[in-house]
Amino acid sequence: MADTEPGPRRSDRSPWNWLLILPVVVPLLTFLFNRDKPRLGGFPFFYWAQFAFILLGVGCTTLVYLMTRRPQDTIARDSGTASETED
Amino acid sequence: MSGRHTTELVIFAVIFVIVSGMGFLAARWRRPDNMKSLDEWGLGGRSFGSWVTWFLVGGDLYTAYTFVAVPALVFGAGAAGFYAVPYTIVVYPLVFLVLIRLWSVSHVHGFVTPADFVRARFGSSTLALLVAITGIVATMPYIALQLVGIQATLEAMGVKGHWPIVIAFAILAAYTYQSGLRAPALIAFVKDALIYVVILVAIFYIPHKLGGWSHIFGSAHAKFEKTPAPTDGTFLNHNNQLNYAMLALGSALALFLYPHSVTGVLASKNRNVIKRNMAALPAYSFLLGLIALLGFMAISAGIKPVTGANGKPDGNTIVPLLFDHVFPSWFTGVAYAAIGIGALVPAAIMSIAAANLFTRNIYTEYIRKDASPAEEATVSKLASLVVKIGAVLAILLLDPQFSIDLQLIGGVVILQTLPSVALGLITRWFHRGGLIAGWVAGMAAGIWMLYRIPNPANGHKHFGGSAYALSDIGIDTKMTVYVGAIALAVNLVVAVVATIVLKAAKTADGVDVTRTSDYYADEGDPKVVRGTREVEEGLAT
Repeated sequence: MADTEPGPRRSDRSPWNWLLILPVVVPLLTFLFNRDKPRLGGFPFFYWAQFAFILLGVGCTTLVYLMTRRPQDTIARDSGTASETED
Repeated sequence: MSGRHTTELVIFAVIFVIVSGMGFLAARWRRPDNMKSLDEWGLGGRSFGSWVTWFLVGGDLYTAYTFVAVPALVFGAGAAGFYAVPYTIVVYPLVFLVLIRLWSVSHVHGFVTPADFVRARFGSSTLALLVAITGIVATMPYIALQLVGIQATLEAMGVKGHWPIVIAFAILAAYTYQSGLRAPALIAFVKDALIYVVILVAIFYIPHKLGGWSHIFGSAHAKFEKTPAPTDGTFLNHNNQLNYAMLALGSALALFLYPHSVTGVLASKNRNVIKRNMAALPAYSFLLGLIALLGFMAISAGIKPVTGANGKPDGNTIVPLLFDHVFPSWFTGVAYAAIGIGALVPAAIMSIAAANLFTRNIYTEYIRKDASPAEEATVSKLASLVVKIGAVLAILLLDPQFSIDLQLIGGVVILQTLPSVALGLITRWFHRGGLIAGWVAGMAAGIWMLYRIPNPANGHKHFGGSAYALSDIGIDTKMTVYVGAIALAVNLVVAVVATIVLKAAKTADGVDVTRTSDYYADEGDPKVVRGTREVEEGLAT
């Protein structure tokens, strides 16, 4: 179907997208962080670890965004080769 | 009313009036040639850049109710209430991957609502109607709850009676009618700025006054040790850990199925704006986590909730009371204004989203098939008024607890549109009949489980929470699970089985009028003119 379509052929597939699994899965694994020690600035681990996961989410999403930007935004050369290897 | 409350009230009223003025002036902001279409009134011209979208979507998702209810939950139950943080971490990568396709396909086809998309994708007006009704039903109590947020601040200032809420909502209704989505977009700047200032001051100033974070967590721990309830505490236990993770994931999936979130996303001008925002919006999650901890601060400060109209302590008043307890009165006024305005932004967007669903998927679909864009805009404006009047009446005439119960049901209910909307963005495998069967089964399972959940805190026998005890179906455990996730699982299984059966029986399926490339389209790409009805012509040319 895709071959007969007019207009530019595009896809948002990229191996970088797999990185987004991290911030989706890690915050749900409660057994990893449901504890008191080590504390940070008086915060039990349970609380500061979940604040830290916010940074994990921001980091992963930003990286995937930068690596999968489209050509008109001056795409990085290495992300181009990365998507080729996947196809 | 003491002099202290007078200062608070004056500051609250002044900020409220300034913001209302902005709401009316917003009609002139980024003024279009013609305001008379849903694209302009209901989606702000689909033109918002990264900054406006960040404030708008942030102001939309983190509501006044969140600001009072999440700390109230932490105040009452401890760690279990902190699920709001993982919930708002998990949601953004999901949007980054899935909902962005809805932006593209809507850009090409001019969709305004998620039900518009379902109509075109699965060729079923019945399925679209189910999605639209689900959206409206889930959104209405959410709007009503924004009033609960305002009411909590008014109660803390000693204001009795319902007239201030009625006035506030009348003003809100008037400027939303006039300015459409531009009003909440502009007000969101003020709302978010106020919230950030208040919370940053709160998290440095209050722990300093109360004796440090260790002391705050210590007094919370001491409080929960004394209570007999098995599910509270400053940490999770093995009975509620699974529920915590399921609730976080289920709420995240539900969040971006809500029509008002879709409205915020569709109003942005291109895909990169959305992607950048998915990286930047977690800044609000940080804020939300800090707000949640206000619940522990309230415990440490010895706050006792105000007794509500129903004679029971109203946990939603603890944050306003905490502010009143620790801040000088002028700053308390600012903090209350932040919460109050925090209610206006989402209430406006939600009423616009519900109105658009009514207009596009009920009015234009079933009542006036040839409605012009101008007529659609007029109908939507009037529908937004009706929706707000309904919300005010719900709060005035019913027990607020009823709205809270309905909102809880809303999250479970909206999840049942996930197979049609979210999975529909990824695959066209499902049969329209399978999706309808799944929706019916998921909805029935969800409501049945919610009905079976009692609330020991207020003595209600039904609809007492979203944590379903597995012992209710005879499993020998104290573990609880999130109703929404189970109902969604039922929905998916039925949808898959019914799809296989219908395909094997070669039952007629709807026609998909979208094309694969539509899901990757971006700003500047050609559009199919005017909705789904002309799509066939568009393909022919």
